[in-house]
Amino acid sequence: MSNFETKGQHFVALCMFGMLLFNYPILALFNVPSTLFGVPVLYAYVFIAWGALIASMAYLAESGG
Amino acid sequence: MLHSTTIILISFAYLGLLFAIAYYADQRADAGRPVIASPYIYSLSLAVYATAWTFYGSVGRAASDGVGFLPIYIGPTLMIALWWVVLRKILRISKRNRITSLADFVASRYGKSALLGGLVTVIAVVGILPYISLQLKAVSSSFTILVQYPEIIMPAEVSAAPIREDTALWVALILAAFTIAFGTRHLDAAEHHQGMVAAIAFESVVKLLAFLAVGVFVTFSVYNGFGDVFARAAAEPALRVMLTPLEGVAGGYSNWVWLTILSMMAIMFLPRQFQVAVIENVDEKHLNKAIWLFPLYMLAINVFVLPIAFGGLLRFPDGSVDADTFVLTLPMAEKQEVLALLVFIGGLSAATGMVIVETIALSTMVCNDLVMPVLLRLRRLRLNERPDLTGLLLGIRRGAIVLILLLGYLYFKLAGEAYALVSIGLISFAAVAQFGPAILGGIFWKGGTRAGALSGLLAGFAVWLYTLFIPALARSEWLPIGLLEHGPFGIELLRPLQLFGLTGLDQITHAMIWSMIANVGTYVAVSLAASPSADEHRQASLFVDVFRLSGETGGARFWRGTATVPELYNLLARFLGAAAADSAFAEYAGAKGLPWPDQRLSADADLVHYVEVQLAGAIGAASARVMVGSVVKEEALTIDEVREILDEASQVVVYSHRLEQKSHELEAATAELREANERLKELDRLKDEFVSTVTHELRTPLTSIRAFTEILLDDPDVELEQRRNFLGIITKETERLTRLINQVLDLAKIESGKAEWVESAVDMKEVVSDTLAAMGQLFKERNIAIEARLPENVSPVTADLDRMIQVMLNLLSNAAKFCDPVNGRVEIALSERDGCVRVEVRDNGRGISPKDQGEIFSKFHQVGGVLTDKPRGSGLGLHISRQIVEHFGGRMWVESDIGRGACFSFVLPTAAAAAERAA
Amino acid sequence: MSKRVLIADDEPSIVAALEYLLQQAGYDVLIARNGDEALALIEQRIPDLVLLDVMMPRKSGYEICSRIRHHADWRHIKVIMLSARGRDAEVNKGLAIGADLYITKPFSTRELMAKIGGLLGQGSSTARPPEHDAGNKR
Repeated sequence: MSNFETKGQHFVALCMFGMLLFNYPILALFNVPSTLFGVPVLYAYVFIAWGALIASMAYLAESGG
Repeated sequence: MLHSTTIILISFAYLGLLFAIAYYADQRADAGRPVIASPYIYSLSLAVYATAWTFYGSVGRAASDGVGFLPIYIGPTLMIALWWVVLRKILRISKRNRITSLADFVASRYGKSALLGGLVTVIAVVGILPYISLQLKAVSSSFTILVQYPEIIMPAEVSAAPIREDTALWVALILAAFTIAFGTRHLDAAEHHQGMVAAIAFESVVKLLAFLAVGVFVTFSVYNGFGDVFARAAAEPALRVMLTPLEGVAGGYSNWVWLTILSMMAIMFLPRQFQVAVIENVDEKHLNKAIWLFPLYMLAINVFVLPIAFGGLLRFPDGSVDADTFVLTLPMAEKQEVLALLVFIGGLSAATGMVIVETIALSTMVCNDLVMPVLLRLRRLRLNERPDLTGLLLGIRRGAIVLILLLGYLYFKLAGEAYALVSIGLISFAAVAQFGPAILGGIFWKGGTRAGALSGLLAGFAVWLYTLFIPALARSEWLPIGLLEHGPFGIELLRPLQLFGLTGLDQITHAMIWSMIANVGTYVAVSLAASPSADEHRQASLFVDVFRLSGETGGARFWRGTATVPELYNLLARFLGAAAADSAFAEYAGAKGLPWPDQRLSADADLVHYVEVQLAGAIGAASARVMVGSVVKEEALTIDEVREILDEASQVVVYSHRLEQKSHELEAATAELREANERLKELDRLKDEFVSTVTHELRTPLTSIRAFTEILLDDPDVELEQRRNFLGIITKETERLTRLINQVLDLAKIESGKAEWVESAVDMKEVVSDTLAAMGQLFKERNIAIEARLPENVSPVTADLDRMIQVMLNLLSNAAKFCDPVNGRVEIALSERDGCVRVEVRDNGRGISPKDQGEIFSKFHQVGGVLTDKPRGSGLGLHISRQIVEHFGGRMWVESDIGRGACFSFVLPTAAAAAERAA
Repeated sequence: MSKRVLIADDEPSIVAALEYLLQQAGYDVLIARNGDEALALIEQRIPDLVLLDVMMPRKSGYEICSRIRHHADWRHIKVIMLSARGRDAEVNKGLAIGADLYITKPFSTRELMAKIGGLLGQGSSTARPPEHDAGNKR
């Protein structure tokens, strides 16, 4: 049961972290008129951060019990 | 050329394929080899979240707001990160309580309240209507546009408007028929629609592929990759602002945040999401995959949204083409006939998937939580006596499906044109977000009550109606537009879109803020104010503590009453049909190790609960409660009894705590006893020691006395000199014996408190002088020098004169005994300081080791070892002296260094000081 | 040749009584006032019998007795322990250490003298009391 609780806490922490990633002021850091590989930085950031969040969730969900 | 007939035929072929898939999946399920028992199917079915709104509307939103469409998908991703905690709990609760819908869940949580279930149903239906109308709008619009191929003409400009409206109506009716076929073929106590889930999963694949196809085509065929699209957009002054949109066009950060929160609620509480995520879930473990696969799906379907949006804006710069249609119109403009058709099918699948699941979920709610509770209460209908109600139940559900779709069509007709797809959807999101406080509060907070949930929902819903629904009608000119501009009755403060003067936010954010304040505030306040009933208390515990309470029969203990097996059987058969009832009873009896039917089966609390749960699967918890109540003569449990049962578990914890505490106390007591025992043993040992020592001290002089007596007796020829000597020894030893006996008796008296003390004012100078005079002869004999330093006078002390003399004699004889045998010298000093009279007796003997200093005052302690000759004395003198001094409030101690003599001192408070202290 | 008896006791009056009695009986009497003196005299003069007080300064009677029994040249020495402490445990302890007799104070002088005579009269060649053997083995 403790494994389940730890995992739950990890997920909650991940959600908190995600809320930080997709919120002011982090978003404002990337809201600049330049590009990354031709893609506006804000768009690139949102998709990369989103992908990273999903990857973390995948790792957490599939790990252990 | 794409003829409308072709499109219609292809559409029906697609729907036919869906039906085939559903039919196949149902067949497999009936055969016991389900296809949906897979985490991948489960994850794909969750993607019913992506509707026509996503398919067409995201691009439309992106074309005006840039990244503004993304919170709708990032919010759910964040929420899903909490699924491990939240959804897992909801799943466990729902399975244990046979929850059939969102409304059922809420009703069940708050004491199986039919009223609450009905309210949730009404809110859900009213709230979801815009969303359903959105799907109808999307399908009919895309159809209307596609029919014009290769021309690109917006539906509003199509001359034959009635035809278009007919299209929407036809879509509604066709979808109704299709949904009825999917969802209400039979009545299942578990409410699983395996065929539907399989079809939905398939649809999710189709819409994703279709969208990706357009995305790839636009990005890489029309343009040269992502960089090219954005570079061209950056070249357009009108579009450049959208590249850093959060300050420019997306409505700022607060809109972003509120959209995120709104979507977090939506992914949990949209009836169709609840349906696929909770009701249709067959295995809790599927969550592990869904937690990342479903967000990944949302990411994938959004990757090409921005390129398509910018592509459309670049392709149709004059604004003649609605951005909501770019997904379809871009391939059409590029003359990609097949792709356009694929897009239409993709949009169709997105819309149908949503409509099917949503209406099935809503129809279940309408039937179980709205219609049945009312029908069952109407005694005139005599529903209780109808042998089979399955047909009635299915009929109600089918009617509900048709009704909901027609209402959706009605909303589309009334308000559909005034809003973009996304805005329509968000209105629905805001409606279902109202369920958030009651449900989340319900599973984590036992204090949430029925009254709180009811009033919270009502308050939130009322604000929603006022700030979102009414403005939608007003904008469509069904209500006077002045209502929006000047407020009702001209009260500006109450303008629906700037309630209480709150401005600067978009409509959805504005509505969310006010409705959530009203909802959460009322829910919490009323919950805290009202005390829950027994039912509520029980259900609250069952929900909140679902992981702690074990076993499916957790609720059985709450039934207390009498029923018969046939009554219960007939009840179940009426709602589920005889076959289903038979198999349910067989399963129950089997679990008890009995055949079915069997006389031994008793209608105990277990069976009653089992039947209620089975029934809840078909008609909802609230209705099931009523129905079971109709055949069971239930003795109502008082709230105290419920509390008692519920608290049992926690009491076990409390008991074990208490036990632990008790055992700690016992341990402590044991330790104390052991200590006391040790003390007793020590006292016993000391007593033994004392007796042994006294014995020794008595026997030693006795030995001499007896020996010499016998010598004198046996030998008459002892010389006179010898004889005299021997008799002298006998006398001395007899004295010693007497002294010892006196001291032992004295000690016994002092220690037992029976000593007689004659108190008087004693002049210590007199005592010292008198004792010195008495001892003078002895000191002279032993050639010991005496030096006495006595002041003129000292204050009197309150003491027993004889006892004080005893103490002084003792100290002086002690000093005489221990001082240097050759140049013996004893000093006596008397002084007065700080209200105390102090007496010191110093010898110049060998001194006393620090170890012996500590023990020298104890009984029978004789400083041995360092002495060649054992000093004469009982070993009781110092002990008794100290007892005497202490009796009169004084203190006695010794200071000494080995080789430098010893100084015995004692102090006594003066009579004046003692009186003062006593006062 | 008269037998030599050592009196080891710290009570002068008891020593005086025993000294008188033993001299009257014709023994050669040695006197020790504490444990150390007793050991020294045993070493120098090797008495035939020791009258040993249990509670003496410096070294207890038990210790002296134990030394006597563990010394090859002293094993033949008879040991009579005299003690004002007469509890069974103490008596047994004395006998276990190897004392030939344990006599509790106050004692009958006649009886004591008879026992001394008995122990010394039996000589060193004949059978020894079993207590002695037990003491030897230790």
